[in-house]
Amino acid sequence: MRHLQLVGWLAVAVVLCTLAIPWFLWGDSRTVAGIPLWLWWHIGWMGLTSVVFWLFSRRAWGLGIEPDGATQAGNMAAKTETDAGGDQP
Amino acid sequence: MTLALQLGIIVGYLILALAIGLVAYRLADRTAEDFYLASRTFGTIVLLFTTFATLLSAFTFFAGPNVAYQQGPEWVLVMGLMDGIIFAILWYVIGYKQWLLGQNHGYVTLGEMLGDRFGATWFRGLVAGISLVWLFPYVMLQQVGAGTALTALTEGAIPYWAGAGLITAFMILYVVLAGMRGIAWTDTLQGAFMLVVTWVAMLWLLAVVGGPTSATAALEAEAAQHLALGSDHYTPQWMLSTAITIGFGVAMFPQVNQRFFAAGSRTVLKRSFALWPILCVLLFVPSFLIGAWARGLDVTIPEGGNVLPVVLAEYTPVWFAALVIAGAMAAMMSSSDSMLLSGSSYFTRDLYRPVLEYRSDIQSISAQREDFVARVGVVIFATASFLASLVNPATLFELGEAAFSGFAQLALPVIVALYWRRTTRAGMTAGILASQAFYLASLFTVVVPSAYAGWTAGMVGMVLGLVVTVGVSLVTTPAADEQRALYFDGLRAD
Repeated sequence: MRHLQLVGWLAVAVVLCTLAIPWFLWGDSRTVAGIPLWLWWHIGWMGLTSVVFWLFSRRAWGLGIEPDGATQAGNMAAKTETDAGGDQP
Repeated sequence: MTLALQLGIIVGYLILALAIGLVAYRLADRTAEDFYLASRTFGTIVLLFTTFATLLSAFTFFAGPNVAYQQGPEWVLVMGLMDGIIFAILWYVIGYKQWLLGQNHGYVTLGEMLGDRFGATWFRGLVAGISLVWLFPYVMLQQVGAGTALTALTEGAIPYWAGAGLITAFMILYVVLAGMRGIAWTDTLQGAFMLVVTWVAMLWLLAVVGGPTSATAALEAEAAQHLALGSDHYTPQWMLSTAITIGFGVAMFPQVNQRFFAAGSRTVLKRSFALWPILCVLLFVPSFLIGAWARGLDVTIPEGGNVLPVVLAEYTPVWFAALVIAGAMAAMMSSSDSMLLSGSSYFTRDLYRPVLEYRSDIQSISAQREDFVARVGVVIFATASFLASLVNPATLFELGEAAFSGFAQLALPVIVALYWRRTTRAGMTAGILASQAFYLASLFTVVVPSAYAGWTAGMVGMVLGLVVTVGVSLVTTPAADEQRALYFDGLRAD
């Protein structure tokens, strides 16, 4: 199960990297509202990446790093964890 | 008027930075861990912005818009991929694991972490030594840049040596006083400042020229090819090579890598990780669009000059242009102070201290003593790079320019070591030395070419380092004093 999860998230990471540059728009010079279409794609993709990273941090943080079992327990604990030790300017 | 204003803003910034440094000094414990890592206490905002400001400052204001002006805005895609996505993934893959190991074993530098696992002080020294080979000339380039900028700003009233010297002296004073905590606080202010002024600059420019549609129409009339994705300059191989080598290189740059150890909690790392891509795109898009649009506007960029100051001078009020330019110079200094601090930590902890311990047979040096040595290390490092910057030898210049790819050569062997138990010291040593030798040879000799069917030597060197590390590890047995389970067993966040 954890192995599957690891492979799944690795695939997600590869897709996020691969399509950050919209290769399928190569040579395209269309613009929307004065901004090249390929740049709109990139802006949207970076937003999507943030959402995916946030999901990963909620559901699978520790995957591949912490020993099995620790990740799940850690993520449960993190839900109640306050931001202790955070130094603010 | 402009000059007085710019100098006033720079001096104002320096005084503010010193004041923050003083507050940080009063709060600090007198230990090396506090000086280098602020005792591992950073919250989300501080960690996010200190990494951000350290990483991006000077390039975003000057070189980035220049490239967009000359070649089109595609750089923004390369920056987004390398900094926003690849580096963020390494933030987890390298950073979170490093943070856990730092929490469990008290590591302060990358060399320390690797030296412990592979059971050899000389290996620790090797990693630190290679890092300094790339970092030292890079710091020197910042001093050259700051000295040149100050000379240009005062139209020669302050000669180059005095400009670089003044900035070095200020940085020594500031870093010795403030340590990591003070640096991170000024970085946070600076990161927020950079973000705000870049957006204001873009909106101001657009308000004057009549919105993005007319700005783009003007660009299309002047250089229509800049709107199409890709060109002879921006080939897929070049874009990917650049994004991958710089993205991996950034994670090994001492001042960035060390910040992985400084997070206050795993929640801080998680939040920063999720916010990182958004933060990157928020800064890159306006800064690169200003550069790209400038091509279609009626501005003349002097030979070798920077695009952003010229555009701002033309389209925004004097005070605002001065604010941005002075801010950019201050940003340059804020990157240098982090590099200085990290460089001195590699020097004192991984090179100087092991030698001292070996020679005097002491097993440990007191925390206060180490704190003092750390501050002396800053002075030595900064003075040496200042003296080098006066001569600016060609070899050092070239090393500094290539630093990102140089650091990238370290990344894959380190990842292999972090995730594969069978990695051996012989494998690591061979992988690191082979890729470094290959990349250096591509820079300085004609025997090793610098491009391979469009892929850069930095990229090929990374693959070579990976293959050699894994290959040699497979055919060698671990040395008796290697701790093979160190990176795996008992790794818990609490």
